[in-house]
Amino acid sequence: MKWLLFLFLFLTSCEDLDARTVVLWHAYRGDEEKALEQVARDFEKAHPGVRVEMLAVPFEAYLSKLESAAPRGHGPDVFIDAHTRLGAYRQAKVTAEIPADVVDASAYDASTMDAVGKYGVPLSDKCVALYVNDALLPDPPKTLDALEHAKLPAGVFPLAYEADVAYYHAPLLAAFGGRVLGDDGSFAFDSEAGVLSLQRLQKMSREHVIPEEPNGPLVTQLFVSGKAASVINGPWLRADLGTSLRYHVVPLPAVEGAGQMRPLLSVEAAMLTPHGSKNALATDFLRYLASREAALTLATIGHQVVARNDAWTEPSIANDAPLVAFHEAAKNAIATPVSARMQSAWVPTDEAIRKTLRGGDPRAALAESHRRFDDAVKPPPPPASPAPALVVLGLLLLFASWRIVQNTRIAEIRSSMPAYKYTAHAIVIVGVLVVLPLLAGAATSLFAGTRDDFRYVGFANYVAILTARGGALLGHGSFWLTLLVTVLWTVLNVAAHVSIGLLLGVILSRPVMRLRGVYRAALVLPWAVPSYVTALAWKGMFHRQFGAVNALLSTVGVEPISWFSRFSTSLTANVTTNVWLGFPFMMVVTLGALTSINKEVLEAAEVDGCTRWQRFWRVTLPLLRPALLPAVVLGAIWTFNMFNVVFLVSGGEPDGSTDILVSDAYRWAFTRDAQYGYAAAYAVLIFGLLWLMTRASAKISAEST
Amino acid sequence: MKKLEPFLAHLVVLIFVAFALYPVLWVLSVALSGAGLASHGGVIPIPHGVTLDNARAVVGVGKPGGVELFARQLTSSIVVSLGTAIVGVVIATPAAYALARFQFFGARAAERGLLATQMFPAVASAVPLYLILDALHLLDTRLGLVLVYASTAVPFAIFQLRGSFQTIPVDLEEAAMVDGATRFQAFVRVVLPAARPAIAVTALFCFMAAWNEFILAATLLSRESAFTLPVVLQRYVGEHDAAWGPFAAGAILVSAPVMIFFYIVQKQLVAGLTAGGVKG
Repeated sequence: MKWLLFLFLFLTSCEDLDARTVVLWHAYRGDEEKALEQVARDFEKAHPGVRVEMLAVPFEAYLSKLESAAPRGHGPDVFIDAHTRLGAYRQAKVTAEIPADVVDASAYDASTMDAVGKYGVPLSDKCVALYVNDALLPDPPKTLDALEHAKLPAGVFPLAYEADVAYYHAPLLAAFGGRVLGDDGSFAFDSEAGVLSLQRLQKMSREHVIPEEPNGPLVTQLFVSGKAASVINGPWLRADLGTSLRYHVVPLPAVEGAGQMRPLLSVEAAMLTPHGSKNALATDFLRYLASREAALTLATIGHQVVARNDAWTEPSIANDAPLVAFHEAAKNAIATPVSARMQSAWVPTDEAIRKTLRGGDPRAALAESHRRFDDAVKPPPPPASPAPALVVLGLLLLFASWRIVQNTRIAEIRSSMPAYKYTAHAIVIVGVLVVLPLLAGAATSLFAGTRDDFRYVGFANYVAILTARGGALLGHGSFWLTLLVTVLWTVLNVAAHVSIGLLLGVILSRPVMRLRGVYRAALVLPWAVPSYVTALAWKGMFHRQFGAVNALLSTVGVEPISWFSRFSTSLTANVTTNVWLGFPFMMVVTLGALTSINKEVLEAAEVDGCTRWQRFWRVTLPLLRPALLPAVVLGAIWTFNMFNVVFLVSGGEPDGSTDILVSDAYRWAFTRDAQYGYAAAYAVLIFGLLWLMTRASAKISAEST
Repeated sequence: MKKLEPFLAHLVVLIFVAFALYPVLWVLSVALSGAGLASHGGVIPIPHGVTLDNARAVVGVGKPGGVELFARQLTSSIVVSLGTAIVGVVIATPAAYALARFQFFGARAAERGLLATQMFPAVASAVPLYLILDALHLLDTRLGLVLVYASTAVPFAIFQLRGSFQTIPVDLEEAAMVDGATRFQAFVRVVLPAARPAIAVTALFCFMAAWNEFILAATLLSRESAFTLPVVLQRYVGEHDAAWGPFAAGAILVSAPVMIFFYIVQKQLVAGLTAGGVKG
C-alpha cells in the first residue's frame, strides 16, 4: 500500500509559484520559442528577482485553455497570439487594455497598430510570399501568366500552394480587388471579384499549373524535391528547407488584367489578461517586449518578421534576404479582419473554393456559400421567458419523484445496503466528474448567442435544428440528412469492427496457433499509435495524385480515384480508417471474453459432431454474448459520436456530405463563432436519439431471447 | 481440409497484420525522413535519407535541459495513465460486482445512467469540468487529471467487468462463503482472480483512454514538466504548418510503452486461457 501513497503524493505535487513572476503563454516552437526564451532571460537579467514563467500550449488547445483559465484568474499574465483572434478574446473577456505608455505607436506601421488596437503589443508579421527555386526559375516571373508559362522540365509544377484553403486563396482574390469579409461583416467573397478569382483558379487547376489536392506537407515536399518551381508559403516554411536547396523569396506575382496578389496579414502580438493587468511586472515585461532590443532578439534568433520598423536598420537583420522579403510582403498585405465574424467566414469560403476546384460553377458555389454564411451568423433568437422550461423541469421532477415514491420500499433499500457499499464511490466520482459537466452542457442548450451575448432562448435551438433552420428537411447539412449519414456510418463501422474482431479473436485464441503473441502485438498497433497521427497518414494515403491507395490500385489497373470528391468514396475512406482504428479493440475484448468460456462445452459440442461453423454460431457466440454485448453497444455509441476520424480524414468533404451529427455540433461550436448553445442542443438531441435506440434494441433483444 | 486449416488461419491473420501495419509504416517512414521530406507517392513507404534527427528532436537532444524535460513528461504520462488504469479498475470492479451479483434498489437506473453518460458528446463540458476541478483544488494536478480520465473510463469498465463476472459461476463464491469467508473476501480471493483476463482488458482500456488524450490534459495542466506526451506532440502542429517529421517520430515513440504494457496484459489473456482458472 505504501507505493500507492507515494503515487498519491506524486500526483498531487505542485510547486508554489513565486510572487514575483510573470506568467507567459505562447504556442511557439523551434527557433521562435528559443528567441522568446532569450527575451525572457534578458528581461530577468534587467530585473533581478523577477521570473518569467513560460508555458508552451499546443495551438489546438490554446483558445479553449485561455477561455477556461483567464476569466478565473488562473491564466497567464501575458500571452502571445495572432491579432486575428482578438475579436474572440475580447468577447470572452480574456484581454485587458494595455497601458498607453507601453507601446510607441510611431515605431510601427499604422496598419499594424490598427490591427491590434489597444489590446496588443505587436511583435511580428506573418503573411505569405513566393518561394522560388533558383535552379528552376533563375529569373523569378513578375506575373502569374509568366509563371504559368515558364519553361520547366516535365513533371515539374510551376506553382504549388494550398489552393483549396481560404487563407491561401485570399491573395488571388485580392488581386481582383475582392475580399472575404466586408467592412460591414458581410460575406464579400460572393462578388464579381470572387467569381473572377475562382475562374482563374479553375484554369490553373485544369491546366495542371498547380497540383491536385495540395495539402501542406505535399506543397513542402514538392518544393524540397524540386517538383514545384515555386510555392506560396509563409516564413514558417524556412525551417523545413534545410541548406542544400537554393531559393529566393519574392513578392507574390501580379495577375495580368488585374492587380498585384496581396496576402492576408496576421500580426502576432503580446496580449494582457485582466488578471495580468493587476501585475505591475507584467506591464514591465510588455514594455520590454515592445523594445527594439527584444525585436532584435526575435529577428536574429527566431527569424521573425518583427513589426518594429527601426529593427530593420540593424545590419544582421537587413542582410537576411528572405526575412527582408517577408517584411516587404507584409507592407503590401491586407490585415485579416479582427471581427469574430471572420471565424464564420473561413469554412463557407473553403467550400466554395473546393466546389470550384472539382469543376463546379463559381457563381453558384459562391451564392450557396453566401447563403450558408448568412445562415451561420443569423442573429440569435430573442430572449425567451424561462417559464416553459421551468414548467417542463418541474413536471419532470414531479414525475421522477412520483416514480421514486411509488417504487420505493424502505425494506428494499435496507436490504440493498450491502450493494451500495460496493457502488457508492463509483456513483460519487461519475456523478461529480461526468454527470455534472454533462448536465451543465445540456443546460447550455437553452442559451444562444456568442460569448459576450449569451442569452436564454428556451427551446429555440431545438426548434431550429429539427426544422433544418427553415430549409428543406433533407437539404444540405440538415439534421435529418446528417442523421441518415450518421446511422449509415455507425452500421458500417460496427459491423466491420465486430466481424473482424471476432474473426481474429477466435483464430488467435486457438492454443495450436503459432506466433500468436507476435500476431496479437502487431494487430494491436492501430490502437497503440495515436489516432491524430494515423488518421492524417490515412488521409495522405487517399490522396488522388500521390496517395498509396491509388498507387496500389493502379498495380491492378484501376484508374486513380478522387476519393474526397464523391460521397460514396469519401465515406469509404472514412470508414476504412475507422475500421482500421477500431478492430483491435474488439479483438482484445473478444480475446478477453473467450478466456471465460468453458472449454468443456466446446469439446462436448465437437464430440457431438457439430461442424466448426455450427459450433461458432450455436455455442461460442451465445456464450460470448454477455461479455461482448456491452462492448458492441458502447462501440456503436462511440462510433456514432466519433468525430475525430471524420474531421481529420474527409473533413466532411465533399461539401459537408460525410459529416456526422457530432462533427456538425463541433462545427457550430468551433468554426461558426462559438455558438456553444446550438452545439449543446445538437449534443442533447444526439443523446436522446441514442437513448431511444438503445432502449429499442434492448427491448428487441429481450424479446428474441 | 483439416491440413489446410492452419495455413488458412495464418493467411487470414497475415492479411490483417498487413492492413494494420501498412499505415504505421508510412508514419514510420515520415519519422525517419529528413526535414521537409514527407513520404509521398509509390506503394512502398521508403524514408528519404534515413535519419534519427526527428526522434532526437522529440526527446529534446540539443536543447538545454530538453532531455530531462522529456523524461519528466514521459514519467508524467506513464504516471497519469497507470494511475488512470489503477483508479479506474479499483472504482469499477466492486461496482461491477454489485451489478452482477446483487439485486438492489436502483440497479437498473444505475445501469441505464452509466450507459447514458457515454451517449452525450462532450461538446460543451470542458468548461464545467474546469470549474469543478477548480472548486476541488485539483486544477493543475495529476491527481485531478487521473480522476477525470478514470471517471470517463469507469462506465465502460463497469459494463465490461460486469459481463465477465456474470460468466463466472456463483458456486465458486458460495463454496468460499460456506467455508467461512465473508462476501467481500470471496469477491477478492475468488472472483477477482477468476476475472483476471477481463480486468487486464479493462486496465488496458483505461490506460489507453489516458495515454492518447491531449485536449483535457492541455487545458487542465499548466506546468510544462507535468504535460503528458500527447500535449508535447501536439505542439508540433501549429496554426499554419506542422513539423510532420517530429510529429510522426513522436507518435512512434509514444506507442512503444503501450506495446510494452499490452505485452504484459496479453500474458494475462494467455494465462486465463491455459490455466483454465474458470472451471464450473
